[in-house]
Amino acid sequence: MPEPSTLPGYLLRNATDPAFSSRPAIREKNYGIWETYDWQSYEKNTREFALGLASLGYQRDDKLSVLGNNRPRLYWAQIAAMCLGGQSVPVYQDAIASELSFVLSHSEAKVIVAEDQEQVDKILSIRDELPDLKWLIYDYDRGLGGYEEDIVKSFAEVQALGRDFGAGNQGFFEDEIAKCGAEDIALMAYTSGTTGQPKGVMLSHENLIETTRIFIENEDIRPSDNFLAYLPMAWIGDTLYSNCLSFMVGCACNCPESPETVERDGRELGPTGILAAPRAWEGILTSLQVRSGDSTPLKRAVFDYFCGVAEAVEQTKLEGKPLPFLLSLKQKIGEFMVYGPVRDQLGLRRARWCYTGGAPLGPDTFRFFRGFGINLKQVYGMTESCGLVSLQSADTANPDTVGEPCTGIDVSIAEEQSEVLIRSKGVFKGYYKQDDKTHEAIDEDGWFHTGDAGMIDERGHLVIVDRAKDVGKLSDGTVFAPQFVELKLKFSPYINEAVAFGDEQPFVSTMIAIDLEAVGKWAEKRSLPYTNYMDLAQKPETRALIAEEIRQINLTLPEVQRIKRFLLLTKDLDADDNEVTRTRKLRRSYITEKYAPVLNAFYGGESSVDLKLDVTFEDGSRSQIDSHLVIEEAA
Amino acid sequence: MSAQREEAAGTKLRVEQVSKNFGGVRAVSNVNLDVPEGTIYSIIGPNGAGKTTLLNMVSGFYHPDEGTVQLDGQDVTRLKPSERAARGIARTFQNIALFQGLTVLQNLLLGRHVHMKSGVLSSLLYWGPAQREEVEHRRRVEEIIDFLKLSDLRGQQAGELAYGLRKRVELGRALAVDPTLLLLDEPMAGMNQEEKEEMVRFVLDVNEEFGTTIVLIEHDMGVVMDISDYVAVLDQGEKISEGAPDTVRADPKVVEAYLGAEHD
Repeated sequence: MPEPSTLPGYLLRNATDPAFSSRPAIREKNYGIWETYDWQSYEKNTREFALGLASLGYQRDDKLSVLGNNRPRLYWAQIAAMCLGGQSVPVYQDAIASELSFVLSHSEAKVIVAEDQEQVDKILSIRDELPDLKWLIYDYDRGLGGYEEDIVKSFAEVQALGRDFGAGNQGFFEDEIAKCGAEDIALMAYTSGTTGQPKGVMLSHENLIETTRIFIENEDIRPSDNFLAYLPMAWIGDTLYSNCLSFMVGCACNCPESPETVERDGRELGPTGILAAPRAWEGILTSLQVRSGDSTPLKRAVFDYFCGVAEAVEQTKLEGKPLPFLLSLKQKIGEFMVYGPVRDQLGLRRARWCYTGGAPLGPDTFRFFRGFGINLKQVYGMTESCGLVSLQSADTANPDTVGEPCTGIDVSIAEEQSEVLIRSKGVFKGYYKQDDKTHEAIDEDGWFHTGDAGMIDERGHLVIVDRAKDVGKLSDGTVFAPQFVELKLKFSPYINEAVAFGDEQPFVSTMIAIDLEAVGKWAEKRSLPYTNYMDLAQKPETRALIAEEIRQINLTLPEVQRIKRFLLLTKDLDADDNEVTRTRKLRRSYITEKYAPVLNAFYGGESSVDLKLDVTFEDGSRSQIDSHLVIEEAA
Repeated sequence: MSAQREEAAGTKLRVEQVSKNFGGVRAVSNVNLDVPEGTIYSIIGPNGAGKTTLLNMVSGFYHPDEGTVQLDGQDVTRLKPSERAARGIARTFQNIALFQGLTVLQNLLLGRHVHMKSGVLSSLLYWGPAQREEVEHRRRVEEIIDFLKLSDLRGQQAGELAYGLRKRVELGRALAVDPTLLLLDEPMAGMNQEEKEEMVRFVLDVNEEFGTTIVLIEHDMGVVMDISDYVAVLDQGEKISEGAPDTVRADPKVVEAYLGAEHD
């Protein structure tokens, strides 16, 4: 049988091929129990929903959006849309109503499948702004019994309609799938957009399938694999592994019970491979550091000792030297006493590979995990390339490069600003309704301009320096990449976010958002009372703590790049305030604008700055906080 | 909402002329209550007005010295608390009464106790009907865990939880009884604004989704006036006012009991 050329094609293959049909396709933890759906029931559920959509008037090329946490029904809905020749437009579940309004009206979504009452309410509140919306379908019915809006229907109702429709239209489903071609757009992923409004990246079946094929060729993926589907469904990374990998290899994707239980469910499941954003790895590291600080002095001493051993081992490996006998013995003891148990606690005992991608991860964080025997590697990619450009192999994993470009993906470096250019079958078809932007991004020869500055090192590895437009120069002419400084800072458990300034300035200065959990614990231990984030961040003791952290970090930085001045923000950077994207990338130009008074104070030599900040709450309401921020000189 | 429902359904709970004395103190004196099926009925009043005593007589913890308590038209005045629980009355306490050392799940399963039929022997063997019963109870408890959004706390010891969460677990245990009448004694006392809002949401959801009749004692007037269908006001053991929230709010006797006599 030839390989299918569309995702629905793979669905039919998996449901009929005896090698797959009764194997688990997707699991959902519900009522405390993992419920399994095999490929046959995956197909049956998708078919019923697709037929239901057809009976409700869903046409080829219509858009269907899913809004919610990872749930089997939301995955089925996405595939159902593709089966009917439509396109899936997943959106970020934590987006506030005004953000949703832009994406959903821009994409002309006709059907929205929402997870629960909260999401349904969000959509109903912006219904007037969505003229194309015909149906709002919900998964979880809690609290939705009394809704009388004519467009609201339950997932089960639509499936029931589908069964009736299917009975009268034999072969309809298969015919619709047969009409789908590899070149058809399957997915419209809106980019997080560090600049301006999000753009709708159109990806075809071929884009997704060919990219996934490259991934499969470069990594060890088995049909018996289990992945935890916890990444935001709107992120290309989730589509790549929860949909594409699972469809093509036949492995299972597992939906946790709720966002709060991800950690526990992950530990229960023991996924065989994990893809996580740098943010998640940083979070795990911070919580490990906090928990070790909380334990008994003996345990803490053991943990710290073996952290040191792990670091020494990694350093030796990096230098390409053989491990001295004593160090290797210590490592074995550490494996037994610390590394193995920690991996087990994190649910990574069975993970053969772990990837960090979507944004850079600090080198110290990276080395820490590798030292603990976690096969953490970098993947580089962006939505426009289906999330994949280059991968690291286990023996070349290192924090400074993003690995060799995968076979089948051409990478070159442009003269101008050393921008990274990409050409492959995975490169997207264009931005939806934005031809001018598409022409800016893809040139006549088919090269996609990523906007990242980078280079290819002597081993042929790709090195990403920063966003091309973020790389600046200090006033003495030294090149200054803010991300480099920020990643160093974020390794500290007490620092959650950092923004470094320095372009066309005489020295580097930073704004820092403290980590509430870690600094909170630190304050508790010192009997330092505080009420909330703002209060804690304004304590002179906290400033002294961070000043010491910066002093340490400065020692590892080149003289000219050292941080001279800093201040602590009275609130964390937040996607609801547009300061970071939903995948937690800094929106630098916006921040520079918003915090202009801080910048002026840093370089005007002032010792404090008064700031009026708009904050947006989770429900979208706004308020203003005034704060008086003290600027500290760093040693 | 409540007005139509009242016509359609009967009286869930009727308290007639009940009085309770503790030594020489008359804690509750000749109080009448009519709680219509499916409503949220709040009892308010200053400290020491006899609210909790009244609730204790409904749950069977105290027996009234005079008067009767009727549930679904049947006299339950002389029944023990456990017998009343079997008829569908569940309650939460003003001071949390959970098993601190047990997990959230175990605490909720305990709430199912009243519905468990397996004997000691079959439970020990854990075979056949006993096993089926356990599965069925676990399922119901899991539904409640889902309903109250406790899934991430399932395995945590109750004693380790924050105050607001323990209150929620206590509500969960009361729900595990599958009550038709739920008595809540100050479920929002000592909570911060956010916890209160959450609890209010849950109380309303219980009422709407399960149709459970709720009798609520609460000090937070904002909450009471917002969510109640009816309000009764006690002062020094006597009912001084009763009716829809707006009527009660405007009642001069209530204003006096709460604020003292009006200024001229």
